[in-house]
Amino acid sequence: MRLVGYMLLLSVLLAACGPVWNDPYPAADRGRNILYTAFTERPKHLDPVQSYSEDEVAFTAQIYEPPLQYHYLKRPYELIPGTALEVPKARYLDGQGYPLPDDADAARIAFTDYVIRIRPGIVYQPHPAFAEQPADISRFHTLADFPNRGTRELTADDFVYEIKRLAHPRLHSPILGLMEEYIVGLGDFAKSLKQSAPANGGWLDLRRHPLSGVEVIDKYSYRIRIKGKYPQFLYWLAMPFFAPVPWEADRFHSQPGMAEKNLTLDWYPIGTGPYMLTENDPNARMVLERNPGYRGEAYPCEGESGDREAGLLADCGKTLPFIDKVVFTREKEQIPYWNKFLQGYYDASGISSDSFDQAVQVASGGEITLTEGMRAQGISLTTSVATSTMYMGFNMHDPLVGGDSEAARKLRQAISIAIDQEEFISIFQNGRGLAAQSPIPPGIFGYVEGRAGINPDMYDWVDGKPRRKSVEVAKRLLAEAGWPDGRNAKSGEPLVINLDTTATGVGAKSRIDWLNKQFLKIGVQLVVRSTDYNRFQEKVRKGAVQLFYFGWNADYPDPENFLFLLYGPQGKVKFSGENAANYANAEYDRLFDEMRAMENGPRRQAIIDRMLTILRHDAPWVWGFHPKDYTLRHAWLTNRKPSKVGHNTLKYQHIDAATRERLRAEWNRPVLWPLLLVALLLAGIAAPAIIGHRRRERMSGVAD
Amino acid sequence: MLAYIIRRLLYALPILIGVNLITFALFFVVNSPDDMARMQLGVKRVTPEAIEKWKAERGYDRPLLWNAQAPGVAAATETIFFQKSVKMFAFDFGRADDGRDIAREIATRMAPSLAVALPVFALGLFAAVTFALLLVYFRASYLDFWGVVFCVAMMSVSGLFYIIGGQWLVSKVWHLVPISGYAGGADAAKFLVLPVIISVIGGIGSSTRWYRTLFLEEITKDYVRTARAKGLSERAVLFGHVLRNALIPILTGVVVLIPLLFMGSLLIESFFGIPGLGSYTIDAINAQDFAVVRAMVFIGSLLYIVGLLLTDISYTLVDPRVRLQ
Repeated sequence: MRLVGYMLLLSVLLAACGPVWNDPYPAADRGRNILYTAFTERPKHLDPVQSYSEDEVAFTAQIYEPPLQYHYLKRPYELIPGTALEVPKARYLDGQGYPLPDDADAARIAFTDYVIRIRPGIVYQPHPAFAEQPADISRFHTLADFPNRGTRELTADDFVYEIKRLAHPRLHSPILGLMEEYIVGLGDFAKSLKQSAPANGGWLDLRRHPLSGVEVIDKYSYRIRIKGKYPQFLYWLAMPFFAPVPWEADRFHSQPGMAEKNLTLDWYPIGTGPYMLTENDPNARMVLERNPGYRGEAYPCEGESGDREAGLLADCGKTLPFIDKVVFTREKEQIPYWNKFLQGYYDASGISSDSFDQAVQVASGGEITLTEGMRAQGISLTTSVATSTMYMGFNMHDPLVGGDSEAARKLRQAISIAIDQEEFISIFQNGRGLAAQSPIPPGIFGYVEGRAGINPDMYDWVDGKPRRKSVEVAKRLLAEAGWPDGRNAKSGEPLVINLDTTATGVGAKSRIDWLNKQFLKIGVQLVVRSTDYNRFQEKVRKGAVQLFYFGWNADYPDPENFLFLLYGPQGKVKFSGENAANYANAEYDRLFDEMRAMENGPRRQAIIDRMLTILRHDAPWVWGFHPKDYTLRHAWLTNRKPSKVGHNTLKYQHIDAATRERLRAEWNRPVLWPLLLVALLLAGIAAPAIIGHRRRERMSGVAD
Repeated sequence: MLAYIIRRLLYALPILIGVNLITFALFFVVNSPDDMARMQLGVKRVTPEAIEKWKAERGYDRPLLWNAQAPGVAAATETIFFQKSVKMFAFDFGRADDGRDIAREIATRMAPSLAVALPVFALGLFAAVTFALLLVYFRASYLDFWGVVFCVAMMSVSGLFYIIGGQWLVSKVWHLVPISGYAGGADAAKFLVLPVIISVIGGIGSSTRWYRTLFLEEITKDYVRTARAKGLSERAVLFGHVLRNALIPILTGVVVLIPLLFMGSLLIESFFGIPGLGSYTIDAINAQDFAVVRAMVFIGSLLYIVGLLLTDISYTLVDPRVRLQ
């Protein structure tokens, strides 16, 4: 009878699991309009003045709404209004504040005004900060515990308040230094706030402190005055740094006892966007839910060529967002993430190196296709070139590889030719990359396709495609540099180049071996100095490196954001800037100053072309590659288009929850025979023991 | 016994100071306060002013161990080591570098860690002791031989293999439980089944061999022969006498582990997405978050000391001859 009881209990428990047993989500969520995705690194900051990394923007971009945003479908990337009514037009002023014509010379422009008009009627998500709360809040431990919620309309004051928060003495905005150079009065404002900040960490009411360069014009418009001409400023207006923050939120979170409970604005964002954060456990899962007060944008009706055929315009004009809830689950390891994607528990996934062969096959012609298994599951592949560049930098302060001499230049060119980036991409990136011809990746103004866009110092144009120059050319350049066959022409000493890298371990060894092989092709000895990340950064800062690996992800889709990486006044050693190679070329710097203040057009392209010619000739970098992103998605997830600079993409995506539910049940039917097998196995193991025990118990103490 | 306990707790103070000093030295040999600031502020557009500001806010702008500029006692107290260590002895762990309260974070993550560690501990101990007694019962037979072979084979396989293989077979191929994840309350059960089984299986080889050795040592002693001579069954001899007398060495290895169960499991939590203290420690090490690393090492040391004390006390419970003075 007891056995029957256990069997009944087991049956009830198993029945409660439903048709699938391995579903990691609550049964109540089955069939709901929810997007399931994952995050690997826990976000450090969700406060828009501090948040900068992609891990963080994945959340903040869905919650906070800056004045501008990127068009979801059009490429090249195009700025469109977000909370603003239109993309603001620059108004140029001279030193006395008199207006200048639109085509005024950049040198005459002392200031630029941007007047931003916002849409009336936008409201914030429901939040306790907008409602009266009981006097004693000590018993509330999460935001959900607060009994009252309220909202209010978005006003221009909130945008100005957020810009002031960039200079808040207790916040660490990564762009404060940059913005101090541009926004009039921000530097002085930051200094004055240091004196005003309450010592006890209480609320600093920024509304009481005027910022000369930013002012509210009326309830729905405000003006930002920047120094000189800086057209790229508009791109910053599409980032969460410039999204509105209500002063009530700052006041609410400054109450005593809130920080001790981790109830800070840094962890509980409050915005006007399509989603609001309703569950915040960065250790396990984060949940975004539809903001009930969201104004409802319309899905775009235009895109680039091919979007209509790809079905990306099917929802033209429909009200956003389509998805009710987005569940982000933390997956620290790639293997569980990948397997759960294959089971249908994640709607989309990247492809790690471990699972590349399982997902993708390369045809004889080089075209990339999904494997049979992926196609059978209805999985689709989307590829896109990232707005990133990976490179090896020469330290231009180094006496051997740096400097402006012809010998050093030829040495750098020889090394650049010898390192076969195409082979590297094929072996170590599974083909997921595009060999770089310059710092500018595809999709950014200034990038030129085809023959006109190749680096003539490294490539020849053969049979309609670029072909890396031969090792013989590299050897010749090396000999002309004074190192025939990799030995000093005078002393006969071998040429030894030191590479600093953070790569260690088994995976790195094969790359290092490959690199050694590349250098040996021209007789150069490579010494790899593997070090930890901190020491590596320190060596780069101090200029104690010769050759090093680096990379850059674009902040915004403008060539200035790549070409400044080689701008003299950005030198890492002298100015703590982003020019890690410490490259300086007077003509390049002059052209950069001219180019960065220009609108896109033929003249700007001509200047960029000249700048790239200088760079290619001087070769301060070994031009590496622009990574390609491969994304897989299930058939039930539609309207998904990769965007490398616009991150507020969840509102456009569409889920067919019924199909997902059906396929999940089909793919995850529990296999029960192993349970029986395990039971039999245990019985098989126990049987000899039981028999042996009984035999012993029956044995007599005296031998027969 | 009370005096003994108080004395042992007082001994713990210099040990904890020493552990704290070693952790401090090891951490700052590898990471400087500037490195920590850069790690938190990101790699893009970080200015020297921002780094100085970050350090000043968190008290990392002081000298590490000795402040030559400060007068008198302040030379020792106005240092990073002193300022960061004193509060910890009052269990004030402060804030992580990302601003979150460490004590609250530890309290939140303790439950998931225990949800895995307690069943693993209890089931693992039960399974290993039972299996070891079984092998001892059938000592010198083919069952014992193949049991030992099985244990050696289990010991020889990497823990990572059990995890990846278990996830692949049980979750991916047989679809019996979720591959990873965690939920609170009763929903936690379906996420815990696999990590618990894998942990128990992964640890059974070495534990069984250890207990088997202890039991074999006992089974040859005179009192066992006497018990048999009295006519007791082999089962009564094993469970009533051998197991009881082998408890002291078992307790030496087991009781000390009980407090450490709070610390969680690094590998299991990471692969199964369990938001416990093990993964908290790993995250902190990766993020160079000294405040969290120091707090976790401190708590780990404290729990270890408590575990040793409990072990001593447990001896008095299982062996009446033991007196703590």
